[in-house]
Amino acid sequence: MIKNITNLGDAALYCDFGSEVNKEINLKVINYFKNLINNKIEGITNIVPSYNKIIITFDLSVTNFAKIKDKIQNIKLKDFEDEKNKKIKIPVCCDQKFVLDLNRLEEKINISVKQILENFFENEYFCYMTGFVAGMPFLGDLDKKLRTKRLETPRVRVPKGSVGLTEQFCNIYTFESPGGWNIIGNTPKKVFDKSNTLKPVLINPGDTVNFYQITKEEYDKWNE
Amino acid sequence: MINGMNKSFFEVLRAGINTTYQDLGRNNLYHFGIPFSGAMDRRNYLIANSLVDNQKNTSTIEFAYQGPSLKFNGEEAYISITGNINFNIVRKDFKQEKGICYQTYNLHNGDQIDILSTNKSVFGYLAVSGGFNTGLFWGSCSTNTKAKIGANNGEKLKNGDKIFILNSKKKKINHKINYTNSSIEYIRVIKGTNYDYFSENGKNIFFKNEFVVSKLSDRMGMRLEGPKIENIINTNIRSEGLIKGVIQIPADGNPIIMLSDHGTIGGYPKIAVVITADYDKLVQLTPGSKIKFKEVNLFEAEKLYKFYDMETQNIINQIR
Repeated sequence: MIKNITNLGDAALYCDFGSEVNKEINLKVINYFKNLINNKIEGITNIVPSYNKIIITFDLSVTNFAKIKDKIQNIKLKDFEDEKNKKIKIPVCCDQKFVLDLNRLEEKINISVKQILENFFENEYFCYMTGFVAGMPFLGDLDKKLRTKRLETPRVRVPKGSVGLTEQFCNIYTFESPGGWNIIGNTPKKVFDKSNTLKPVLINPGDTVNFYQITKEEYDKWNE
Repeated sequence: MINGMNKSFFEVLRAGINTTYQDLGRNNLYHFGIPFSGAMDRRNYLIANSLVDNQKNTSTIEFAYQGPSLKFNGEEAYISITGNINFNIVRKDFKQEKGICYQTYNLHNGDQIDILSTNKSVFGYLAVSGGFNTGLFWGSCSTNTKAKIGANNGEKLKNGDKIFILNSKKKKINHKINYTNSSIEYIRVIKGTNYDYFSENGKNIFFKNEFVVSKLSDRMGMRLEGPKIENIINTNIRSEGLIKGVIQIPADGNPIIMLSDHGTIGGYPKIAVVITADYDKLVQLTPGSKIKFKEVNLFEAEKLYKFYDMETQNIINQIR
């Protein structure tokens, strides 16, 4: 399943699941991640799953690369794949105030704003990974017609709640942060909640997301 | 009232530039997008706590460049300051003592600590016997201002804040050690997973040339300026996990080193990773400092870490 394990620096393992990025490989990554968490291997300090990689960090004063590599190669894999993943509905407001790149996108990919939004809202998206900033989901896949590169010059500040597109993926900015994704709307929903210490993140790898459009009035009145 | 809390506190007269609560950081949250955080210079953090007889994971105040000025309100407290720091202890009767790092000070009601600056370094630590009453957030007090996580609601300290102290034992503490932060000629690194994305010339530049630490450096990352490092494969990779110490080269060819509050996922090629043993020294490099990289292999890096760990332990054993 893991194609290759190398060291990343002196205190991390870099597990490569192959160069392709698709749901099938990502589900293997997520399943492996759950197995690693379940095995509670001594000295591991973090496990970071992404599209097709897992990075495992460890405490060098407790263990080392060779020991962890040996242990993770010998864990008995359980199947967590049938574990229920959530389906989550995310409201998005596409008021002029929020659609920072929608008009530009119309020119860039040569389909009308109306069609872009229709296409975006009728599809369902799979969460490949969560991170960069706390709680940010990396979702996919966008319809081929909507795929485009990120901004040439990233924004210094993308507003919190922004929904962005790039290549085959879309995301939600859980904090105001720098970023280069094409912004087509904004959600009032709490996607990261630090007061919920056990489940601070709404959208986890393996979950499915459906976006639906709301009006500016509904956005302003949103209360949670 | 939280158990063990007493009424002693510090009043923040001047907050300083980037003053936060830090301990050893938090683990096992990367998959939520939450990084380690924690004290940037681990050794100086550990020494600060040892000097006031604290457990090693007790909350401290980390400051950068200009530190805070604090007035003590309470009966008595023991404090220590570590790093390479200019500071004064101003007694209640306005008698001023020039502060010396790596020793304990006994404070009484009305005494002030004025941390003026870090000398040829970035970070310093203030520990108080018993620790600060910060609360724990996923097992750590560490403030991450980017994600607004940790003590003080995820914010830097500001003027007028009150910093409460947890009950400390009444036993007299009087420790002092001789320790100087040594400088190093090189930052040692292990080749990264995308090392071959760079041209022969680019790799040569990376290991032979000097880089300068940019002003755009903070707890998240350190940006370097210098000759550009040429990428011959792709200036982006599929986004994947990051760890502290990773050196990424984005399209502009200037290295960025991930530090303790870094984003947990990134999409730039990784040319190298700073070894754990050199991390404390790396983070202390001020903007404008020159930096040179030297390659070591995993085996050497592990040995160097053992040495670093032993050395840290020896310093702490001197105190206990």
